[in-house]
Amino acid sequence: MNTESLGSIFLNAALVNNFVLAYFLGICPFLGVSGKMETATKMGGAVMFVMLISSMSAYGIHAFLVSIDAPFLQLISYIVVIASTVQLVEMFIKKISPALFKSLGIFLPLITTNCAILGVALFQTSKGYGFLESVVYSLGAGAGFMLALVLIAGIREQMNFADVPNISKGTALTLFIAGILSLCFMGFAGLGA
Amino acid sequence: MSNNDSTSKQKVTSTDEFIKGLWRDNPVFVQVLGMCPVLAVSNTAENALAMGLATAFVLLMSNILVSLLRNFVPKQVRIASYILIIATFVTVTDYAIQAISVELHKSLGAFISLIVVNCLILSRAEAFASKNTIGRSILDALGMGFGFTLALFCLGAVREILGNGSIFNIPLFSEGYQSWIVMILPAGGFFTLALWLLIINALQTRKVKS
Repeated sequence: MNTESLGSIFLNAALVNNFVLAYFLGICPFLGVSGKMETATKMGGAVMFVMLISSMSAYGIHAFLVSIDAPFLQLISYIVVIASTVQLVEMFIKKISPALFKSLGIFLPLITTNCAILGVALFQTSKGYGFLESVVYSLGAGAGFMLALVLIAGIREQMNFADVPNISKGTALTLFIAGILSLCFMGFAGLGA
Repeated sequence: MSNNDSTSKQKVTSTDEFIKGLWRDNPVFVQVLGMCPVLAVSNTAENALAMGLATAFVLLMSNILVSLLRNFVPKQVRIASYILIIATFVTVTDYAIQAISVELHKSLGAFISLIVVNCLILSRAEAFASKNTIGRSILDALGMGFGFTLALFCLGAVREILGNGSIFNIPLFSEGYQSWIVMILPAGGFFTLALWLLIINALQTRKVKS
């Protein structure tokens, strides 16, 4: 049913249709935690992990819901799985590294409402990917999210020293940078095809 | 409904509850919440309006239910139950839109389902509806919902006029108009929102000064 190679699925999700810059998914953490490079990488790692787990679970759930003929439960069960995975990650990080837990702050529980994660689960279902393809797709999407977050964090750290007009400080400036980055990523079009 | 327990003093604040979402605490321009759908489906005015209304509906219904249940839901599981309530109404909306217009459903795509993770709805449930009476929650939801729709429409209209030379699919310019393709593309969404934020910031700084 699907003839895309695994490599092209990965490239597609990570670069060509980058989740942040082309699909606008996961903009809230993108704007929120992209101020510092260090937090950005850790946030990216946490999101990648949650994405992978929830994508695998979503594959199983979808198969089960199809078998009992209840597609309307899809959304509710996906969100429950994502919420519990996030809870798990939160407890894990709190135990392993309290400092990291503190620096991520409110954005850790907010991974639950990160559209990128639910987006991966929904897109892989609508594209009809098999298990292996879903895993590769979620890894690609996670890598793309990480890449976008790290790129913008690097640029924002530099911009701290720039003298910009007062009214454009903060979100507006970040959005301009994101727009330019999004233009750059359009150069990847056709790469995965 | 708010008349049940409202004195004249409370009435003033009730109106205020509604107005604040439209301008002073506008969810998009001031609080910068719920960015994903704002940027993703604002490429035409029609999509933007549909998305705004769908979100407003979910916001209204979930605010009502959260406010009704605020004394029964244990504190520890409140976020999980809010998300379940929201997910239920989103599923309803998803099927309703599919029934009304298949075409619209196609062009909004997965973004209807993604209303679940719109931070705006969860933040209103947590910050407002879980602490206030049902009447005030309805007003708050209506204000925030309209504010959100208004902001989406502002973005969608600008992007469609510049990027497509039309509004609601009605052409505005003569044949010679060279449309700005970039405005329809993702990058255009970032630029348009950034420009609106600049305008709002400039207006507010001037207000503070004077």
